[in-house]
Amino acid sequence: MTRRVRLALFLASAVGLAVVLGFALAGLPGFDADLGRYASFVASHAVSQRRGTNSVVDVAFDYRAIDTLAEELMIFVAAVGAAVLLAHARDESDEGQAADLEALRAPSTSDLLRTFGPGLAAVAIVLGVYIVTHGHLSPGGGFQGGVILSTALVLVFVAGRTLAAARTRPLAPLEVAEAVGAAGFALIGLGGLVFASVFFENFLPLGTKGSLLSAGTIPLSNVAVGIEVAGAFALVFAELVDQMVLGRGGDT
Amino acid sequence: MIAVQWTALALTALAGTVVVLIREPRRQTVASGVFGLVLGLLFFAFQAPDVALSEIVVGSVALPAMVLLALAKIERSE
Repeated sequence: MTRRVRLALFLASAVGLAVVLGFALAGLPGFDADLGRYASFVASHAVSQRRGTNSVVDVAFDYRAIDTLAEELMIFVAAVGAAVLLAHARDESDEGQAADLEALRAPSTSDLLRTFGPGLAAVAIVLGVYIVTHGHLSPGGGFQGGVILSTALVLVFVAGRTLAAARTRPLAPLEVAEAVGAAGFALIGLGGLVFASVFFENFLPLGTKGSLLSAGTIPLSNVAVGIEVAGAFALVFAELVDQMVLGRGGDT
Repeated sequence: MIAVQWTALALTALAGTVVVLIREPRRQTVASGVFGLVLGLLFFAFQAPDVALSEIVVGSVALPAMVLLALAKIERSE
């Protein structure tokens, strides 16, 4: 394609996009518009029906849990795909190479990072576990907590000598965590099918509003998704560190 | 809309522009981390704390870290 053809193509599509987008934006409800019917129903009924005080999580892990299952499987597949692609060039003999490289790169991080990194990783773990387990009570939930948990691993990589962490990289446990979390969430959905004849029906006792063990299957789903998301993000990150530090796959 | 929301919107526009204007990839990555943080504040100001939590972690830690690793890999293979 010549420059003029490309320009003409761009102008035509840009005008088309502007028209369609302008049409869509003009039809949006105003900033202070009333809630839709679904939103009004959820806002007034979710907490009394499901006893979870965070109605966002009531929707995501109960009313519309099947949507969340699809989203969760999307992360699962993305992480597995990245791991498969990046692990393609892995080789057992790299362990020896890792030791040599470690000697070369030992003093690469500052004292400050090495001192505060592990402490911050501990904070990230506590915060992540809190956000996951209190998802049905306060803002947060499985996804948010899971991502925070995976940052603990990032902090370890950044704070420690990169290679020392890379050699003990927990790839196998991360893969297991990812799989167990994804399977657990799907099993909770099947539990609804078995005990209440509806997929993802909340089949556990709902308990008292505001207590940690309440809202039936919602906290369980949060924990499953938290484990899955933490595993998935950490897995992709660990594989990338693996690639970078050892320079594997660079020549393939 | 209240002042906090206007401030958050203005900061987001500013941070986004800065990310685009920086041309050096590594600096740009750090700036995009700051943009993620500002976007988290925006979501918080618009009463979506759940989304804000995800955005702060993904936008200011996970995404820049992965971009930096990819950049390091590209430099190594060149």
